Amino acid sequence: MADSGVTDGYEKKGDIERAKSEGKELTKEEKQRLRKEKKQQKKSKEKKDDKVIQESGKETRGDSSAASPPQPSSQSTAQKAPSAVPPPVSVPAPEAPTPADKPAKSKAELKAERRARQEAERASKQSKKGDPGPQGAVSKSKAATNELQPVVKRLPEHIQVDNPDVLKKLAKKLERQQTPGQNSAKKIPLRLDYGYKVSLFSHLHQYSRKAPLTQQLSIPSTVIHPAIVRLGLQYSQGIVAGSNARSVALLHAFKQVIRDYTTPPNEELSRDLVNRLKPYISFLNQCRPLSASMGNAIKYVKKEISNIPSQCKEEEAKHKLLKCIECYIKDKIILAATAIAESSIEKISDGDVILIYGCSSLVNHILCEALEKNRKFRVIVVDSRPRLEGREALRRLVQRGISCTYVLISAVSYILPEVSKVFLGAHALLANGYVMSRVGTSQIALVAKAFNVPVLVCCETYKFCERVQTDSFVSNELDDPDDLIVTRNGHTQLENWQQEPSLGLLNLVYDVTPPDFVDLVITELGMIPCTSVPVVLRVKNVDQ
Amino acid sequence: MPGPDKETDLTERVEAFLSDLKRGGSGAGPLRGSAETARETTALLRKITAQARWSSAGDLMEIIRKEGRRMTAAQPSETTVGNMIRRVLKIIREEYARSRGSSEEADQQESLHKLLTSGGLCEENFRQHFAPLKANVIEAINELLTELEGTTDNISMQALEHIHSNEVIMTIGRSRTVEAFLRDAARKRKFHVIVAECAPFCQGHEMATNLSKAGIETTVIADAAIFAVMSRVNKVIIGTQTVLANGGLRAVNGTHTLALAAKHHSTPLIVCAPMFKLSPQFPNEEDTFHKFVSPHEVLPFTEGEILSKVNVHCPVFDYVPPELITLFISNIGGHAPSYIYRLMSELYHPEDHEL
Repeated sequence: MADSGVTDGYEKKGDIERAKSEGKELTKEEKQRLRKEKKQQKKSKEKKDDKVIQESGKETRGDSSAASPPQPSSQSTAQKAPSAVPPPVSVPAPEAPTPADKPAKSKAELKAERRARQEAERASKQSKKGDPGPQGAVSKSKAATNELQPVVKRLPEHIQVDNPDVLKKLAKKLERQQTPGQNSAKKIPLRLDYGYKVSLFSHLHQYSRKAPLTQQLSIPSTVIHPAIVRLGLQYSQGIVAGSNARSVALLHAFKQVIRDYTTPPNEELSRDLVNRLKPYISFLNQCRPLSASMGNAIKYVKKEISNIPSQCKEEEAKHKLLKCIECYIKDKIILAATAIAESSIEKISDGDVILIYGCSSLVNHILCEALEKNRKFRVIVVDSRPRLEGREALRRLVQRGISCTYVLISAVSYILPEVSKVFLGAHALLANGYVMSRVGTSQIALVAKAFNVPVLVCCETYKFCERVQTDSFVSNELDDPDDLIVTRNGHTQLENWQQEPSLGLLNLVYDVTPPDFVDLVITELGMIPCTSVPVVLRVKNVDQ
Repeated sequence: MPGPDKETDLTERVEAFLSDLKRGGSGAGPLRGSAETARETTALLRKITAQARWSSAGDLMEIIRKEGRRMTAAQPSETTVGNMIRRVLKIIREEYARSRGSSEEADQQESLHKLLTSGGLCEENFRQHFAPLKANVIEAINELLTELEGTTDNISMQALEHIHSNEVIMTIGRSRTVEAFLRDAARKRKFHVIVAECAPFCQGHEMATNLSKAGIETTVIADAAIFAVMSRVNKVIIGTQTVLANGGLRAVNGTHTLALAAKHHSTPLIVCAPMFKLSPQFPNEEDTFHKFVSPHEVLPFTEGEILSKVNVHCPVFDYVPPELITLFISNIGGHAPSYIYRLMSELYHPEDHEL
C-alpha cells in the first residue's frame, strides 16, 4: 500500500503541474484523492508504529465520508492557520512555494498544500518528541458523537511566548497572511513585548498600551479592513471592554467586512472569505488576546461562511450571512440575557443586600430588571485597582435609582457580614467547572464562602469553552504594568520601576475560581451547578 | 523657680504629644511607626515620673493613669500608647513590691487559693513611701526603652531560621518590621517577594522599592490578584498594627483576605510583631474596633454628582481571627497564637486592663 501510494503520488504530481499551468480547477474527487495520497505519503515516510497507521486509516475514512465542509471547520477549530515551516520531507516541489508568487493559484491546490504542511508539521513534531501521541482528526465529533474522539489541540501561540520557535512561526505566519499580490511592506506587524516580565509569566505576552499595534501599520493599509483596524485600536486601548461588548463589536465589524466584500474571480465565497478573515483575526489577537466568547463567535461565523453552497449568488450569500450574524447576536446575547434575568429575579428577595464586583453587563442588566419588577434591595459595588471598572457599574446603577454602597476589594471582609448574596459575572466557564473571570472574583468568592454567603455566577452559554485550567498562571492575560503606578500626595513611588533591576509589576487580567466556591450558575438553559458545564457543551455540540 | 517651670514644661510636652497623636491618626500629620510612638510614650512617662509631684506609688499610678486616659482618648486606634502605659504601671507595681520586700511573684497572679483564703485583705493601696522608688522606677523605664530600641533587630535576627532559599514570600502593605526581617534574610539567602499593594494607600509600593533596593526580587501585585497568585507562594509574612488578647490581629485592610487565601492553600501565615504591640483588648468592641478615614481615598471628589447618592466606606483595619495564624515572631522568640494570653499576663497586670 505504501509503495503504491508513493508512485501514485508522483503521478498526481504530474497532474497537478498540468492543472496549474492550464489554470484548470480540479474536481472534487481529484482533490480528495490528492489529499489522501499525500497523507499516505507522509505516513509511510515516517517510522511509525501500528497505532498511527490505524489513525491514518480512520482519517482517510473520515475524509472520504465527510464532504469538504468539515475540512475548513476542522482547520478553524485547530485555531491556527497553517504554519509556514516547509515540510522536511521531500514533497513534490509545486506544493512548497509561497502563495506570493502564484496569484492565480486555484484554491484546491492551496488547500492541498496547507493540508500537506499541516501533516508534515505534525509528523515532524511527533518524530522530534519521539512518542506517538494520538493523531486523530481534530474534533470531527459532529458527525460521530458516539465516539469520544481524541482531540489534538495545538497550543495557542499566546501562551507560548517563552518558546522562540513559536515566535518565529508567528512572525512568518503574519508575513504570509496577506492577500496574494501585495508586497511585503503591507503585512501585519508583529507586536513586541514591553517591560520586565515576572518570571512566572514569561510564557505570556505583555504589551504596553502606549504602543498600540496600529502605530506600526502603514496607512492606507489594504490588508486589513478599516473597521477591523478601528476595532483593534478600541480593544487595545480598553475603549471596548467586557466579554459581551467585545463579541458584539467583533460581530458588527465582521458584518461590515462582509458588506464590503466582493468575491474575486475564480474564487468561491465560502473559501475566500474565510481566508480573508484570517489576517484580521491575527491582527485582533495581537491587539488584545481573543476572549473565549470571541473565539466561539468566530467559529460560528466561519462555519456559516463555509456552509454557503457554492451555487449561491454573492448578494444572496452576503445577505444570508448578515442575517446569521444578527440572529447569533439576538439569540445568544440579547435573548439569553433576558432569560437569565428572569431566572435570577426569582433569586432576589425583598430586603436583600447584593454584592457585585466590577462591571458585568449581564449582572447590571439583571439588577435593573429586578428594580423594574419592584424588588426592594440595595447593592454593594466592590471595585479594584488598577482598572476601577466598578465605578462604571456604580454610575449605571445609581442612574437607575438603586441605592448603592461602594468599597474597594481590600475592604470586602469588613462589608461582607452585611451581604445576603453575591452576584458575579463570568468571562468564560471552563470545562472542568472553573469560572474564568476578572481578577479578584475568586477572592470575593473565597471570602463569601468563609462568611457563608451564597455566590451566584451569571453566564450565557456561548461563553462556555472546552479548555480546562486549574490555576491562573498557565493561561492569562498580562495588562500594561504601568497601570499600577499611582501618584499620591504628589509623590509617585514606582515611577522609575524599570530602572530597578529586581523590581517587577504584575497586572493580571483574569483569574479562575474553583467550583467549590460557586453555589449556582445561572444560564439561559436554567440554573446549573458549576460542574455541569461539560454536559452543556456536549449537548450543544450534538445540536449543531 | 525650678518647680513650676518644670511643671509647665511637662504639661507642654504632654500637650504636644497629644496633638501629635491626634494629627498622626488622621493621616494629615507625619506618619509615624508604632515603634516611634512607643518610644515617645515611654520617654514621656519617664519624664512624668521624674518631674511630677508624687509621694507614693499610688499617687504616681494615679497620675500616669490620668495622663494615659487622655492619651488613649486622643487616638484610640493607636494602641501602643495604652500598652506602654500599662507596662509602666506594671513596672511601678513591681518596684513597689520589691521595695516592700515581699516575694511578689506569687502575689501577682490571683490564684484561686488566694481568693478563697485571704478574703478581702489583699487590697494594696500603695501608700507607703519609699525613697529609692523614684530612682528604681526610672531605671526600670530606661531598661524598657532599651528593650524597645532593640525589638526590630531581635526580630530580624530570627529571619534566617524561617526563610529558606528560593522561597516565594508574600506580604501586604508596608511594615518596617517585616522589611527589616526580609532584608536581614536577604544578606545570606536568595528568595522572591510578592508585595500586595494594599489600596487605597498603596503603601506596598514603598515597601517594594525598598526591598528591591536591597537586592531582593520583588513583584508588586494589585490586591485583587492575591488569591490568584497565592498558589505559588510558600509563606506569607505580615506585620500588624495590634495583636489582640485572643491571639487575633488588627491589621491593615486586606489582611483577612490574605489570611483566608493562605489558609485555603495551606500556606503558613507568619506575623512579625514586637511585644509592645500586644494589647489586652478583645475584638468584640464593635464601635471602637474599626477606624475609617475619608472616603475621598476610595471615590474621589472628581466623580461628581453620584457622590451624594452613594455610601462609600474606607476602613483602615481588618480583624484576622487567631485560627488563620500559624506563628508569631516577636523580639522574645516565636510563639503560637494560643500562647498569647500567657504572654499578656506576664506583661500587664489584670487590674490595668481598664485604664
